Amino acid sequence: MSGSVKNGLKKVYLYTWFERFWHWFQAALILVLAATGLEVHGTFSLLGFERAVAVHEWCAWAWLGLYVFIVFWLSTTGEWKQYVPTTRKIYEVAMYYVSGIFRGEPHPVPKTQRAKHNPLQRLTYLSISTLLIPFQIATGIAYLYYNDWAALGLTSLSLETVATLHTIGAFGFLAFVVVHVYMTTTGHTVSAHVIAMFTGWEEVEDEKAVPEWERKTSPL
Amino acid sequence: MNRFPSLRRKALVALLVLVCGACAAPGARAATDTSAPAQGGAAAPGRQLARQATKDSQLWITSDHSKHEALRQAFTKPEDVTRACLTCHTEAAAQFHKTIHWTWIDPNADPAQRMGKGGLVVNNFCISILSNEPRCTSCHAGYGWKDKDFDFTDPARVDCLVCHDTTGTYEKFPSKAGYPVSEPTPFGPKKTYQPPDLAKIAQNIGRPDRDNCGTCHFHGGGGDGVKHGDLDSTLAAPSKKLDVHMGVDGQNFHCTRCHTTTVHNIAGRIYATPAATERKSLLEDDLAPRITCESCHSATPHKAGHKANDHTDKVACQACHIPEFAREMPTKMSWDWSTAGRLKDGKPYKDKGPYDRASYDSMKGDFVWEMNVVPEYYWWGGSMTTVRATDVIDPSGEVRLSWPVGSPDDPRSRIMPFKVHRGRTPYDTVNKTMVVPHLFGKDDAAFWKGYDWAAAIRAGMDYAGLDYSGEFGFVETAWAYPTTHMVAPKDNVVACVECHADRGRLANLAGFYMPGRDGSALVDWVGWAAVAASLLGVFIHGAIRAASRSRNAKEERS
Repeated sequence: MSGSVKNGLKKVYLYTWFERFWHWFQAALILVLAATGLEVHGTFSLLGFERAVAVHEWCAWAWLGLYVFIVFWLSTTGEWKQYVPTTRKIYEVAMYYVSGIFRGEPHPVPKTQRAKHNPLQRLTYLSISTLLIPFQIATGIAYLYYNDWAALGLTSLSLETVATLHTIGAFGFLAFVVVHVYMTTTGHTVSAHVIAMFTGWEEVEDEKAVPEWERKTSPL
Repeated sequence: MNRFPSLRRKALVALLVLVCGACAAPGARAATDTSAPAQGGAAAPGRQLARQATKDSQLWITSDHSKHEALRQAFTKPEDVTRACLTCHTEAAAQFHKTIHWTWIDPNADPAQRMGKGGLVVNNFCISILSNEPRCTSCHAGYGWKDKDFDFTDPARVDCLVCHDTTGTYEKFPSKAGYPVSEPTPFGPKKTYQPPDLAKIAQNIGRPDRDNCGTCHFHGGGGDGVKHGDLDSTLAAPSKKLDVHMGVDGQNFHCTRCHTTTVHNIAGRIYATPAATERKSLLEDDLAPRITCESCHSATPHKAGHKANDHTDKVACQACHIPEFAREMPTKMSWDWSTAGRLKDGKPYKDKGPYDRASYDSMKGDFVWEMNVVPEYYWWGGSMTTVRATDVIDPSGEVRLSWPVGSPDDPRSRIMPFKVHRGRTPYDTVNKTMVVPHLFGKDDAAFWKGYDWAAAIRAGMDYAGLDYSGEFGFVETAWAYPTTHMVAPKDNVVACVECHADRGRLANLAGFYMPGRDGSALVDWVGWAAVAASLLGVFIHGAIRAASRSRNAKEERS
């Protein structure tokens, strides 16, 4: 199903209700977790330590729940294919962002085929969802259940180590958010990608080049 | 085109459940919070347990002491009262003789150490009882400990009345070695002591009340609130606000409710011996002493899931629940003996300072009194180290005369609040030991008579039979008291951030990681550098894009 044609661009429905919800809910969770986490870390005072801990813990569980749903959704819908890593053209894509983009060169992976994720994005999102998020979940749960370590036989674990690793992960997310937000501005207009993440409709030059399986049915 | 309609519907339903559940959860928790006071905090098992364990106290006494023949006599000497008591309570004196209330010596330490204020322990208040007995032993539950020849084996010398008087009329004179007066006797300009009606008091004896214990323990160090900071006369009839357990408008606990007593042995810490070696609740041992908070409140006293329950293995209840001590009356925080002895026109004098308390006294030196004091916090396993007059000290730093023993690595240790009383106290500069000064007495060597340190220290050390070089000075000292009374109601607790902060209450406590206070400076630095570099990178990238776009556009136009 396709939408209206404007300026030679055609609208294709790419992001389902669930994907958009997941994206924005996750975005909100990351920001709140970062803020409350930094407060618990002692960086600043915002909600008050006690409330910051409570909010952080609540958000952590909410994200874990959401993560379960995301994994379930990806595995059952076949959308996991979006994350299969490829090194094909990855160098060209990297070079494009390093120099080509400034010269107005076309994106090395035709826009039509990168309706969702280009090879660089695939690698980034795959590593975030299979490395960084599980890392934060693991260190976070260990941190949360610090009191049960002795009963679980985890006598060699130190709170300092776990907390430090969790902090490192948090900085990883912060750095990602900065770059990620900036990258949304690299569409055909500055706000194109952001709007698409709200509406689900992405504007592409050649809708026929968007594989059938990437498209979604009408908005929910 | 819709390849998975049913799946999507299911996913949507599941998602709605997730969102609704997630939104409802904190609401449900909030609802419990607000209803908690109305239900009497039923959700906190520790309060519930304690409520079950503490009914209103009742009297089980089956004897009316006014009907006992032995007590129906005109007593002239207090020892005669004791003899009368012992005709029925045959073992009482023998029991009492074994306790620290009688010996003032730690019964668990090697007797050769003479560990106790009845032995060689020195503090930074009035320092030592040796050579000063008649003044100090006004707080001894006995009669006539006026010097080192006191007969500790004489059953008649036990003072039953000071602990068991219920009339409030029994008073021991401050400088008569534990005796009450036999005729009206003035003490100071304001007070006159009356001879007690011993028969009436004896016929009305009962279990110790707050006033009985308070006679000595509220006035340790020679005055109200001097020593402890969490024990003063405001606890005789406290409000719930001051002490949630003892409050007369609440549970109205007497001291012995927690300081449970068997054969005159009263539960509590004695020098190096913890008040309790096992943390047991009454559910685990119905005859366990109720001396620990956990005895009644269990190790998980807060609502299920409350983070505070996760703290009880490392943080003593007192650390959060006694936010400040000396909340209704000042306590002495510092005592500088080195300035004592200044006279005006050849006479001793006093200066009045804040809180209507002396800031200087020729007899004692300079004082600092404080109210609403934030405690100091140390790891504590229930045991204190105590310096004796024979122990070698290091005068180059603060000498810790009484100090908590504990460590973050010791599973029995908790973070505990303490009152630390600091001062400058005389010591032997050659032998590097604390000294015993002779303060009280009618002889000229007594400091409070002659105001001569050299003579007073010489006399005290001779009396104590201790080596003394003849050279003395004053050294910085500290004496720590665990803060355990004046537990505040639950709405007045130490907030998390008071400790979980950079310069919080636990700023000086090292050896463990605490969120909000600790962190790796390197990780923080590298982390923020990475975030800053990302920001800078995208900013530069964006700037070049903007610049090149306008240039490209220009080129296209041309």
